[in-house]
Amino acid sequence: MDKLLKLLSENSSYSVKELALLVGDSEDNVKAKISAYEQQGIIKGYRAAVNWEKIKDAGVTAYIELKVTPAKDKGFDEIAEKIMAFDEVASLYLMAGTYDLAVIVKAETIQDVSSFVTRKLSALDGVLATATHFILKRYKDEGLILSDIPDDERCMQF
Amino acid sequence: MDYGKYLNNTIQNVKPSGIRRFFDIVNEMDDVISLSIGEPDFRTPWHVRKAGIESLENGKTWYTPNRGFKTLCQEISIFANKKYDLDYDPDTEVIVTVGGSEALDIAIRCLVNPGDEVLVHQPSFVCYEPLANMCGASAVVIDTKEENDFRIQPHELEAAITDKSKLLILSYPNNPTGAVMRKEDLEALRDIIIKHDLIVISDEIYSELTYSGSHVSIATLPGMRERTVVINGFSKAFAMTGWRLGYAMGPKEIISMMIKLHQYCIMSAPTTAQYAAIEALRNGDKDIEHMRNEYDMRRRFVVGSFNEMGLHCFEPHGAFYCFPCIKSTGLSSEEFCTRLLKSKGVAIVPGDAFGNCGEGFVRVSYSYSLKHLTEAIGRIKEFLEEL
Repeated sequence: MDKLLKLLSENSSYSVKELALLVGDSEDNVKAKISAYEQQGIIKGYRAAVNWEKIKDAGVTAYIELKVTPAKDKGFDEIAEKIMAFDEVASLYLMAGTYDLAVIVKAETIQDVSSFVTRKLSALDGVLATATHFILKRYKDEGLILSDIPDDERCMQF
Repeated sequence: MDYGKYLNNTIQNVKPSGIRRFFDIVNEMDDVISLSIGEPDFRTPWHVRKAGIESLENGKTWYTPNRGFKTLCQEISIFANKKYDLDYDPDTEVIVTVGGSEALDIAIRCLVNPGDEVLVHQPSFVCYEPLANMCGASAVVIDTKEENDFRIQPHELEAAITDKSKLLILSYPNNPTGAVMRKEDLEALRDIIIKHDLIVISDEIYSELTYSGSHVSIATLPGMRERTVVINGFSKAFAMTGWRLGYAMGPKEIISMMIKLHQYCIMSAPTTAQYAAIEALRNGDKDIEHMRNEYDMRRRFVVGSFNEMGLHCFEPHGAFYCFPCIKSTGLSSEEFCTRLLKSKGVAIVPGDAFGNCGEGFVRVSYSYSLKHLTEAIGRIKEFLEEL
């Protein structure tokens, strides 16, 4: 994998100077690569990795399995476009396996999720079945372990 | 009770480690961010840990043969051949020890007599001189210099040799400087070593952490195999410090003597660790590569940051330390480290802990996460600005 992308995906707050040292390239090259990635839509944005577990009113997250009928000629893209347009939808993936689309929904309360599923999602043409799961606790998110890092247990030998 | 009259005189006279004194202060402070640890921050790769666990589940809890499992000695021999072109008979020329430290201790004890002189280059790992002293031998120090990339120069070696010289201890890739000796540097020493009929202990514990070029063992040079004991281990290459497992390879006459000593004082190296080590040698190449790439990235970051701050930093090619020069601050190594610790809570090690010629330098370990390194470097930068 591209080293620069890997570093930025781990910590987007590195300065160009730091990135240049880390990848062993010039600052100008690093700057040029980053803007190329931005223009090509490879880098879609920069944001903080928030541990929502520590926030009291962070709301609820639901993981919804969706079975749909693919539209003629357009496959799953047509219905996917409709679903991703909803603000409640945080992530949307086409799946291989026993269902077709995985929809991750973020809302303030369970009632909000319920109303989203029954009124908006199920009401769409082509939606055959839904199965809604609620996330109870996050242990690891996007590669980050969310529990507090234990102290360095290593000790000085000399 | 006057314990002094009971305790062994030689051991009493060995001076305590200089690092200890400094770290007594560190231990009393809160919120210290350390760049002082000399062991990998990685955990032992899971498949290696699992091999250890499985051996325990299967009840493999007995002693092993004194010299180590035959399979392990074979794997060590294969690994040393594949990586460094070394050629040792696993049945007679390899011994598995409790860390590289034990290998070093028993090799020195098997090779020196009281009154012998042991040649030690500094700055270097702190054990060599005390271990020689504990055998009643004296250490003759060769000061290596930054302008020579901390490599031993032939004339420096020649000048340190007397008719009592017996043993040269080589320690590259080097802790604390990160220096390496290239093939031509070793070749330049070889003729002197042979001319003066010296024997060599080559401590190559950091050999897998070489970032540019590849590690060369002095034992591969013509005429050197017969007079070299190569020491290596699992701690640094496979992040296995706590397992306590190392090894030595050398002529069978020396190794068999080391086995005799090892048999009486240790019996056999830890069994669980030996099972894990077999797995590490067989299937650990990718782990080494991954860790080396990570260290290499941190190395560039830390060295670049020090140079940027105006503290000239010798470019380390091995191990996981850098050794910036702090002479421009006008402070001694100890003053620099103590003031940095007290004002910014960053712990690094004064260079003179690794020999007098380390004065004017500090050792910075980059065996830490990038996040940790970024924070520590930021604080060092503030410290320098406020000086």
